[in-house]
Amino acid sequence: MPVEIVKDKWPGSVRQVTLGATAAEGGTRSHTVTVGGEASLPFMHFEAPMPNRPRVAIEIKDRRPDDWSPLLLEVWGAAADNPAEWAKAAEQAGADLIVLALSLTKADGSPTQAADAAASVKAVLGATGLPLIVFGPGQAEADNELLVAVAEAAKGERIALGICEDKNYRTIVATAMANGHLVTARTPMDVNLAKQLNILISDMGLPLDRILMDPTTGALGYGIEYGFSVMERLRLAALQGDNMTQLPMLVTPGFEAWKTKESKVGEGVPADWGNWLQRAINWEVMTAVTLLESGADIVVLRHPESVARVKAVIDGLMQPA
Amino acid sequence: MALSGIQIYKLLPQTNCKECGFPTCLAFAMKLAAKQVELASCPYVSEASKAQLAESSAPPIRLVSLKADGREVKAGNEVVLFRHEKTFYNKPGVFVKLADSLSEAELQAALKAVEAFHVNYVGIDLSLDGFAVENVSGDGARFAAAVKTVRAHSKRPLILLAGEAGLAAALPLLAGETPLVGPATDGNWQALAALAKEHKAALLVQGESLDALAELSEKIKGAGLEDLVLQPVAATLAGKLALNTHIRRLALKKNFRPLGFPTLAVAGSAEEAVQAVTKYAGFIILERFAPELAYPLLVLRENIYTDPQKPIQVQPGVYEINNPKPTDPVLVTTNFSITYFSVANEVESSGLPAWLVVVDAEGMSVLTAWAAGKFDAERIAKSFRTFNMADKVSHKRLVLPGHVAVLSGELEAELPDWEIRVGPREAVDLPKFMKQAL
Repeated sequence: MPVEIVKDKWPGSVRQVTLGATAAEGGTRSHTVTVGGEASLPFMHFEAPMPNRPRVAIEIKDRRPDDWSPLLLEVWGAAADNPAEWAKAAEQAGADLIVLALSLTKADGSPTQAADAAASVKAVLGATGLPLIVFGPGQAEADNELLVAVAEAAKGERIALGICEDKNYRTIVATAMANGHLVTARTPMDVNLAKQLNILISDMGLPLDRILMDPTTGALGYGIEYGFSVMERLRLAALQGDNMTQLPMLVTPGFEAWKTKESKVGEGVPADWGNWLQRAINWEVMTAVTLLESGADIVVLRHPESVARVKAVIDGLMQPA
Repeated sequence: MALSGIQIYKLLPQTNCKECGFPTCLAFAMKLAAKQVELASCPYVSEASKAQLAESSAPPIRLVSLKADGREVKAGNEVVLFRHEKTFYNKPGVFVKLADSLSEAELQAALKAVEAFHVNYVGIDLSLDGFAVENVSGDGARFAAAVKTVRAHSKRPLILLAGEAGLAAALPLLAGETPLVGPATDGNWQALAALAKEHKAALLVQGESLDALAELSEKIKGAGLEDLVLQPVAATLAGKLALNTHIRRLALKKNFRPLGFPTLAVAGSAEEAVQAVTKYAGFIILERFAPELAYPLLVLRENIYTDPQKPIQVQPGVYEINNPKPTDPVLVTTNFSITYFSVANEVESSGLPAWLVVVDAEGMSVLTAWAAGKFDAERIAKSFRTFNMADKVSHKRLVLPGHVAVLSGELEAELPDWEIRVGPREAVDLPKFMKQAL
């Protein structure tokens, strides 16, 4: 019985955004990474080919983190003491992109200075040819100070600077414009807030093909249903032709999953939670796969085994038959 | 596709005889469209109209229910492609695969592990739904023996993965139940349909293309079976996603009856199971049981099948964070899950012990609940009394969310022995507040 399938026809598509710049383009990256460009819902290859596969970024820190799960510190070993070594290890683990998350303080407790941040970024750029994304510590004043220094130190490399939020985006966008970088715009699980921040940022004059959006997702068990549906709605809006939602989505399942109790705690939890390491990796992988199904273009992960598993999932999702 | 009142009216006698209890046929039609009355109330409707109305009122995805011993696992009756459009209704049942080639001891061990497994997630008791027994041995008697062992240790609904010989041997053991059996393929569907019909089982229909699935399901329907489950088979995740999406779209957008059934997915990994939960599977067979996989999978299923129009709530009560002692602080918040998680996560990751009193605010966040009158001094005081907080701690000091500082006066009146402290507005500032102010 011949069955005629139902195909959606969409007037809109997601913008393509390119991270990194090679020597020919004024940077030093060994290659660039382009995301976005979808003209259909995730992996509906029978409607429109996906020009770019979703990419996996590995999050590293500028120093050994104080609050990461011991499982993560163990697997990265000594590399976690040095951002350049960590970046190399991340590249070896299969990362398509590096996310360098700056710490608020140095190991001795004193505030991270602009010069420290610039040095960390230079070290990472020197250690790997992968395109780079840099997140500030997440406090407005520190973010502005550190990210300006980072943007200048990485001039020409077309890195992505984060995180722009509604209360704090002007300085970051201005320095991204001045130094040829991109920004990531983060909003708390809301379609309209996401759209509004994209408008505010593009109103400053940053072209839309230099913005990634992070709609925030929550982890599996901790609000992921909101993130999942907000991402589906954002992608539907983009395909329906809403210009200000046609941006690739960067999400952070590694950060989300590894702050849950299920990942952080190995003792004094119910036996039915199962093996700690495998549970924690499952939590990260399953959070990431849920977000890929709802339209993620870049997933930022923390554990190398999760990276391998999520990359295999992306392979499977990119093979129509 | 459901008919409108006017469309239904055209199928009625239009005599306004009032015998149905309504003044006009149109009024009756409107009630029919709203599913508030039964068509049987009309004594004069023609057989042809009856058939047409019955057809149109059938849901686009048939509800298939597997039953055993009072337990029921339902799939189908879904009405949307995206959960935000309304909600997903029937959580996909998760069944653990057991091969009949296992020894009796292995089988028992596997059964006991799954039977014992249950976890508490925000007050919900999560466990697996049943077993899928597979006739790997190819031997009918051995399969029946395995099913017998399963039944001796579990009362959960079953899926029997076997051909004619296995099913003929095992189905008589499951009298009074509705298992899912199969898969039926081009080669064996007649025999399997006959067995499923005789034993009142639902039948699994397997195919590698939509064309094959639709053709086979029509043939089986022609043989008089209605409770079918489709098993689309594809080599890659993208292929599986496409087939499941096609089936859901054809059922919902085209009311395409040959594919208007729930689907079954076999998941060899956590990754495949995630896609099955998020993208439309009605039943899931897990190739292997592991608690560290079952737990997140069942949690994801709760999340995705949460009604987006109703905020997910946590059970009101006292939550002990980081093993608090009687001297440790008492914090108050509402039972909206995101609110609870924000507060609990911040306190938990700070390592500071605390008692978190979660007040029943009908699942609203602090400010929303306060504005709606669902989070006031009276409710907070009632929670403290219901949960016997005075007996749990040696001090009498509670921390109120900063957003409802305005409640502190009234709360002092309601809880006269307690000292009311106003905490920060945002959960993220709680650890600092607890370190400095408490």
